[in-house]
Formats: sequence, structure tokens, C-alpha cells
Amino acid sequence: MSTSAAKPRVATVSLAGCFGCHMSVLDIDERIFDLVDIIDFDRSPIVDFKDFTGRCAVGLVEGGCGNEENVEVLRSFRRNCDILISLGDCATMGGIPALRNLVPTEECLREAYLDGPSVHNPSGRLPNDIELPLLLDKVRPAHEVVRMDYFLPGCPPSADTIWAALTALLTDKPVQLPYELIKYD
Amino acid sequence: MSETFTFTIDGVEVEGEPGQTILEAAQAAGIYIPRLCHKDGLEPWGGCRVCTVTVNGRSASACTQPAAAGITVENETDELVDMRRGIIEMLFVEGNHFCMFCEKSGNCELQALAYRLGIAAPRYEYLWPTRDVDASHPDVLLDRNRCILCARCVRTSRDLDGKQVFGFVGRGPGKKIAVNASARLSETGLDVTDEAVDACPVGAILRKREGYRIPVGLRRYDGTPIGSDIEKGASS
Repeated sequence: MSTSAAKPRVATVSLAGCFGCHMSVLDIDERIFDLVDIIDFDRSPIVDFKDFTGRCAVGLVEGGCGNEENVEVLRSFRRNCDILISLGDCATMGGIPALRNLVPTEECLREAYLDGPSVHNPSGRLPNDIELPLLLDKVRPAHEVVRMDYFLPGCPPSADTIWAALTALLTDKPVQLPYELIKYD
Repeated sequence: MSETFTFTIDGVEVEGEPGQTILEAAQAAGIYIPRLCHKDGLEPWGGCRVCTVTVNGRSASACTQPAAAGITVENETDELVDMRRGIIEMLFVEGNHFCMFCEKSGNCELQALAYRLGIAAPRYEYLWPTRDVDASHPDVLLDRNRCILCARCVRTSRDLDGKQVFGFVGRGPGKKIAVNASARLSETGLDVTDEAVDACPVGAILRKREGYRIPVGLRRYDGTPIGSDIEKGASS
């Protein structure tokens, strides 16, 4: 095994996603031992690093961009990672969060915080605090914000798909996935 | 039987009969030419252009162009495959296609073509149009978010069911499927047994209460790409 310092670093993040793709990463099961033999995790919810500690070979991006924080984080991933991968349908096409693109943002907020049948909000106010990132007018797939290098569609992409793509990239082999591993659902 | 003739598709010699289109002759020879608006049993429409091939160097839609003796047809060139990818990508961005919860997923021809052509993400920006859903019919759902305007339901209802339930209204980005009633699908003569219901290649026209009945892994295009049946020689 190579020494820790020489191992390529992998960062992951969930933007406007549901963490299902990260669950699918964990679903590689005991192969995660093989994975940590050849990589180190950098900024990632898996190891709970909040910031980048160095240059990363691969960044896995789950989710599209629904607010300004998502955009900022995605741009920092682009700056810090050599290869960026859209992981899952939300990063690839917006996914379930993008359903709000079909109604105006204001209507969407009113339904969620004022008019919805189960809403209890006596103050009648919409969330508006300097701590809260502002919503974008539409949820955007990652590649409409920064350049993405690879796409692994799926909701979520299967553990085998993620494993096949990651190991190919980390061993300098072409990423060629068999028909059964590319699915949009 | 009238005289047969030969021509080539990607250098392979193929036999044709007078009256056959290029797509039909190719299919009979076990060569799949991708198509979306064409369906066996319907008159050729030539609308989606996914079946575009070159005939002696000039582009033509294989579903409408007659096969002829001695022509040189190109089907699987890099340029044509990329053009087909572009068409499918445009169809994805100009509608609202949420495969992750669509009942048609796994059996959808649009999705299957994207798989076969190897589309990971579209090169165009998503448009997120506002489209409406007509759930008025007791047995059939019409979701225009998924409609790709292939006219299969229009032609099937008119030519096979003899009903003219569906038609087009509007032009350009505003073009949409209309129903032959003052307002809603429930007011038309559509029956759940009509062939038009099965004609839809995507999830725009669906039978109600049948969603997700086939488990993931066993659906039509889960294991084998669209067109595999033709390539195995099971021609129509």
C-alpha cells in the first residue's frame, strides 16, 4: 500500500439532494475497506471534514443548486477538485427539488410557510434571516453552474455504478459502464 | 411477389422490396435504426427525425424515405449518432421528465433511447415549461409534462381506433396535445382499451392503477437496450 500522503483525496458533498446518493456510496459495503486503501476522504460528510484540507483528485457532488450556498460550495469544489462528478439525478437534472421550478418561487414559499394545509405559523412571516442562504429562482443541475467532468445518473446511482466509476478513475482506466449500470431511476 | 433489390446500410448489403421504407427494409434485415415517432402498424410520420440516416450523402428520415436499388445508406456514423443524441437531449430539456418517479420508467422509449445512445446529461439548458395534467378520465391519465409531441396517440386514435380523441393545438413552444372535447379527457370517447392509450412512447398517457406493477430489473429496457429484439432478427 502507498503511504497516506501519496493517496489521492476524494471529497463528497450533498447540495440540494436527500443524502440518498451518499447512502448509495456507503452501500458499497465492505468494499469501502478497499476504497480507503487507495484513497483518503477529504471534505465529506462521511468523515465530517467541513473544509478542504488539500487538493482533491475527485469530488462527488450530490444534488443540484437550490440556493446561494449550494452555488458557493459547488464553486469551491470546482476550485479544489481535479475531477468533478455529478452523482445522481438531482446533480444531473435537478431531480425532486427541481419540481419547484414548475411554480413561481413566491407561490412555493407561500404554500410551504403560510397556506399549506398542515402549516402552523401564527406570525405569518416567511423565513428571512441573514443566516439563511437565499433561494435561487430555479433549482439548477450542477453542470449549469460549473463544468462537470462525469455524470452518474440514477436515483440513486447503484453502489456498483459508483464503485465501477470510482475505481476506474482512481486506477487511470477509462470509465466505461455496462448498460445495466446506467439508469435514470 | 415483386422483384427485390439490394442496397447497403453502413456497408452491409440489405435486401429491399418495392414499397418498403429504408427503416422497414433495415428492420427486416435485423438492423435497428433508432426511431421515436414511428411505430409499427402506423403510417410513417417523419416528425421526430431520430431515424435520420444519410442516403447517398443526403439526410433523410428512414421511416418515410423509400428504399431503392443501389442506394448507400449510413446509419451508425459518429455524426448521425451525435445528432440523434442531440434530438433526445432537446426532448428531455423541453419537457419535464422526472424519471425517478415516473410510472413509465423502465418501459419508456425516450429513456431507453437515451440509455442506448449513452446520454449522461444534456448539453442544453433545462427549460422547465409550465404544462398541465388532465386526470379527469376515470381510467387514463394525460400528463402533458412528459409529452414529446410524437403524434402517436393522435394517429392511433384516428387510424386504428377510428375515434380522433387527440389532436394538436398551438405552434412552436406552445404546441400541445388537445383532446376532442370542450375541456377534458373524460368528455371524450376514449376507452381504456383503445390502442391510443398504449401508443404513447413516454409516460404522457398512462393507464391508472397500473403504475410500478413490474418490479425494477424486470422492466422492458432494464436489461437489454431498445432495438435488441430487431437486432436479434425478430423482425416484423
